[in-house]
Amino acid sequence: MSNIVADEGLSFFVILVWLGLNAFLFVHFYMAFLTDRWFYTRVLLGDALSWARAPAACLNFNCMLILLPVCRNLLSFLRGSLQCCSRTAARQLDRNLTFHKLVAYMIAFHTAVHIVAHLFNFEWFMGAQLDRNSSNLAFVLSEIGNGDNASFLNPIRTNETNPTIVMFTTIAGLTGVVITLALILIITSSMEVIRRSYFEVFWYTHHLFVIFFIGLVFHGFGRIVRGQTTVSLLKHNPLQCSEYFESWGQNGTFCPEPAFAGNPPMTWKWVVGPMILYVCERLVRFYRSQQKVVITKVVMHPSKTLELQMKMKGFKMEVGQYVFMQCPRVSMLEWHPFTLTSAPEEDHFSVHIRIVGDWTEALYKACGGDKNDTQDAWELPKMLIDGPFGTASEDVFGYEVVMLVGAGIGVTPFASILKSVWYKHIQHNQNVFTKKIYFYWLCPETQAFEWFADLLQSLEKQMNDKDMADFLSYNIYLTRWKENEAAHFRVHHEAEHDPITGLKQKTLYGKPNWDNEFSTIGAKHPNTKVGVFLCGPTQLAKALGKQCRSHSEDGVKFIFNKENF
Amino acid sequence: MGKIEWAMWANEQALASGLILLTGGIVAVAGQFRDWQFAAYAIAAGVFVCLLEYPRGKRNKGTSVERTGQYCFTVCVKSFGPLTRNYYVRAFVHAAICVPGGFLLATVLGCVCLGIASLIYLAAAIRGEHWEPILPAKDSARQPVGESIKCPPQNPPPRPPAETRRKRVDDLEGAAYVNPIPVTANE
Repeated sequence: MSNIVADEGLSFFVILVWLGLNAFLFVHFYMAFLTDRWFYTRVLLGDALSWARAPAACLNFNCMLILLPVCRNLLSFLRGSLQCCSRTAARQLDRNLTFHKLVAYMIAFHTAVHIVAHLFNFEWFMGAQLDRNSSNLAFVLSEIGNGDNASFLNPIRTNETNPTIVMFTTIAGLTGVVITLALILIITSSMEVIRRSYFEVFWYTHHLFVIFFIGLVFHGFGRIVRGQTTVSLLKHNPLQCSEYFESWGQNGTFCPEPAFAGNPPMTWKWVVGPMILYVCERLVRFYRSQQKVVITKVVMHPSKTLELQMKMKGFKMEVGQYVFMQCPRVSMLEWHPFTLTSAPEEDHFSVHIRIVGDWTEALYKACGGDKNDTQDAWELPKMLIDGPFGTASEDVFGYEVVMLVGAGIGVTPFASILKSVWYKHIQHNQNVFTKKIYFYWLCPETQAFEWFADLLQSLEKQMNDKDMADFLSYNIYLTRWKENEAAHFRVHHEAEHDPITGLKQKTLYGKPNWDNEFSTIGAKHPNTKVGVFLCGPTQLAKALGKQCRSHSEDGVKFIFNKENF
Repeated sequence: MGKIEWAMWANEQALASGLILLTGGIVAVAGQFRDWQFAAYAIAAGVFVCLLEYPRGKRNKGTSVERTGQYCFTVCVKSFGPLTRNYYVRAFVHAAICVPGGFLLATVLGCVCLGIASLIYLAAAIRGEHWEPILPAKDSARQPVGESIKCPPQNPPPRPPAETRRKRVDDLEGAAYVNPIPVTANE
């Protein structure tokens, strides 16, 4: 239990504070509309007024928050500064996308409550105009302000209309429809199914948030929510005067007609700060992407993996970071994230891209992948790079013992780490805090091994030469195989080098028995903090998280870090 | 965006629209708004759209992810044959359904959202997409596997029987392994 607290405690706390603030704002603004100033408004609308204004306040709060987790550069900067104080706090920033989604769900929820309350409001405002009976307080209130068109209470000024028309002819109504539509389109295109398979639809539709925020700021400009003015309250006390509504303002009475005015728009005060921050973020991204990037090498690897080696002036990276790449020749608007597979010690940086969709396919063709002859350097496309951005893998060298688990293409951040390990130990002979690395690669097909196998082969050889064969212990698991391949394995089982990878360390078949692995490692390294890093599917994350918690006892602590896009 | 299947997004949008139409209708009927008859229609229309759109279609490329418990809906929708298979029909049906929603404020949002879904379905239809049911029966064509496959193997894949593995006296060099004990022929 205490391990869950250690792993997730800070997250729970942040969520609790956020929910608490939402609840507080809701209740506070609900009550704020129960005062005398809103007495007559409530005669027309009842509690629906408060039910509309309370979620509006929460919407202001959440719309302010939603831009912050996606300011990548700001977060990287914060992460770097927090790293020295508290690794736990820095790790919280890895969960930015989760928080972004939570805030989005809250916005959707409050929007729903706000709209339903306003449906009632419109209906009752309309009803007050339709029931044209002078002995009806609601109608009398609606008639106020007919002369100067400024001190009115009921925003619906005539009975020859209907709520739908009113909605489309008021600023609040029109902006409301537009931003709700934008929100719905953003949400439907952000469903996991669409996001994972058709990234471009998700990415382009998400930019409707610009329309959302513009509409949101203008939503309150019509000042459609009206309460009694302070001046009028001094002369006309609603609690005393309301029952004499048939004789307001007449000679000899002490109740003049009440006057009403709308609240000034408040939303811009909430969102202007984050909007400016986000604009700065985009400017930083744009500036960084304008630096000239040169492709120095293009390698086509067997299992439809394209490797691009590039150089950029002033590019600095840490292990396991990722960059966003744009290729104007392929698409002027799309940026796609890729993990860096090179080590910081190298003179270039590289990415390994799996060719799975439109953009990657087009990139492959632009880099001359389908041509047989060599390309000249000037024929290669121009690339824009934004980043690098930090992720959990940066923390690897802070642990004495490390378990790295990569599933399929998820091994890419670890390629960077292993290369960096090689450079640090072999070439520079630096003293590294990390003393032992356990590496697990789960892969469904044999061909996916090639480019990584080369790296492991050279590492293996170097480690043997330097008598450091114990430093890195790697296990490659082939999770699927075909019948004819199995026959080949059978025959060559006893060969010195593995028939698939050519490595001395044999390939294992099936999935690892995590219980065994964790127990063994725990037994070998008592009283140490073992960092467990995963880049892979959610199922595996759950399994490993559980293993970390159940095996963290008697001094050894397994700390779990998951990374995903 | 060459390879995108628009129908996937149209499906999400239409399902959301159905829910919004339904909610707007319920609010207007419960609140006894004027012209609540449109709202009653919207409830029925919303339920119909949700039932029609709940089962996801099969993707052309890649794995299709079912929604929870969609199998019975798949069977119902499949039984209408070309009416539900063809996306032109769906685009037209959604466009027709959404129109009455535009007459009542509570259902206007559902109407517009469904209209947008209809347009996306039209785009899908123009690109030649159509609805294929996701049927689990096809998957059982794979051989059923025993329970032991769920435990990771502790040993390497099975090797040929001992007779073929054993070193042959006349071909000691051809064997794949080395024995510490010299091999002698059976007398």
